Amino acid sequence: MNFILKAWRQKNGNDKGMFVAYSAHDISPDASFLEMLDVLNDELVKKGEEPIAFDHDCREGICGSCGLMINGRAHGPQRGIATCELRMRSFKDGSSIVVEPWRAAAFPVIKDLVVDRSSFDRIMEAGGFISVKTGGSPDANAIPIPKSISEEAMDAAACIGCGACVAACKNSSAMLFVGAKVSHLALLPQGRSERTERVEHMIAQMDEEGFGGCSNTYACEAECPKEISVVHIARLNREYLRAKLV
Amino acid sequence: MNKKTNLLNSSVGRKFLMGATGLFLCSFLVIHLSGNLLLFKNDGGIAFDAYSEFMATNLLIRTIEIGLFAGFLAHIIFGAWLWLDNRRARPQRYEINKASDSSTLASRTTFLTGSIVFIFLVVHLNTFFVPTRILGIELSMYDLVVEAFKNPVYDAFYVIAIALLGYHLRHGFQSAFQTFGIRGQKYLMLVNIVALIFWLIIPIGYISMPLYFLWAHLSGVN
Ligand code: HEM
Ligand code: SF4
Ligand code: FES
Repeated sequence: MNFILKAWRQKNGNDKGMFVAYSAHDISPDASFLEMLDVLNDELVKKGEEPIAFDHDCREGICGSCGLMINGRAHGPQRGIATCELRMRSFKDGSSIVVEPWRAAAFPVIKDLVVDRSSFDRIMEAGGFISVKTGGSPDANAIPIPKSISEEAMDAAACIGCGACVAACKNSSAMLFVGAKVSHLALLPQGRSERTERVEHMIAQMDEEGFGGCSNTYACEAECPKEISVVHIARLNREYLRAKLV
Repeated sequence: MNKKTNLLNSSVGRKFLMGATGLFLCSFLVIHLSGNLLLFKNDGGIAFDAYSEFMATNLLIRTIEIGLFAGFLAHIIFGAWLWLDNRRARPQRYEINKASDSSTLASRTTFLTGSIVFIFLVVHLNTFFVPTRILGIELSMYDLVVEAFKNPVYDAFYVIAIALLGYHLRHGFQSAFQTFGIRGQKYLMLVNIVALIFWLIIPIGYISMPLYFLWAHLSGVN
């Protein structure tokens, strides 16, 4: 398959950046979007041009490194997958594809399609953990947790921190990410004891990083590769309200 | 680390205020509409004028009115604040953004629809509230209504603004419940049903007034 790729090129954080058109030839329909970029980059390197920088690691939808705005959709036109899981057969042969980095004040562009998502790390450092003494591993079923609760906590824990929720949100809000983290820990007994400080600190950090507020458009849920539900944002709101009341 | 937030300096806290004032304004929509339905009583405005007189003189009502103004003011100021914050969070727009694939238009336009409702509010108060309650001119509120709604341009603006208020609430009503964390399967259905009253039925009620009086004027009933 052949494509016209309009990719965002930006030397560094201070560069203004612009779109550059490339043509990608002989791409296998089974190639992933990232493999298509690899093929194109090989060609650029051969021509002595600078390859297009993009983030990636696991290439199987579990690490959260990859993340591109493709034709106006976070992680491309399909739902429930990360960019690395997107196959080129999802596009029409010969079509043109616009690729942009995540756009958010809290995710500044480092180079080309790579953004700095350390704001997510700082939110995690502010409260996305439990303080326990690590020692011998505890008995598997020492703390009974109802199945439905553990299932819901696991659904929230599926968040891979890719930032598509921020990218898709008109306000660049991080509420789905923070909601997933807060919800995951608040549901489980191990996370309960620190729930008040956790939600306070994580929301304070989220605001400090310059993410927007939540307008409940639910675009995040629609674009999340792990299909994290906005039910977790509702729980985040509840946790915060509770923290304010107790 | 000891970061503390309060309702005013956190984004979630400000959303609580938006939701609370928004729902408070919704309660006003019910009361305002139910009183104004007296306009349809075919008695030349006697009942409506008596009601209007009561609303203008009752001390409790006048006190609640201050709360209503405060509610509007807070909702508008915090709405504008949120909107500014949210714009700042995305300094650079996307070249292509297929937002409609993942969210509804109503959810993305609350500031726009709210702003038009605000303009409507100013016009509306200027027509009915300022002359009677501020300037203290003694006149029949019913006559004022009849006179104002004779103007088709005024009526068209009314219909459009109220329709947009309905659109504001198409998203806003259920959104407030999500903001307060009320979103279980058992509530979701109930909220959506009650929302229908606010975004559809109540706006139809309001819209019927200018339409009725315009019709009455044109057909010579009034
Ligand atoms: C009778 C008039 C109004 C009613 C009943 C009303 C009601 C509501 C409700 C229930 C919400 C949802 C709150 C939430 O998401 O938690 C809302 C949101 C909003 N309202 Fe209003 N509103 C009215 C007028 C206005 C006006 C005049 C403005 C002027 C700017 C405005 C701006 C907004 C904005 C910007 C939001 C969305 C906030 C966000 O991003 O989530 N509203 N409104
Ligand atoms: S909630 Fe979904 S979209 Fe947001 S960071 Fe986690 S996995 Fe990515
Ligand atoms: S590269 Fe790891 S999720 Fe895509």
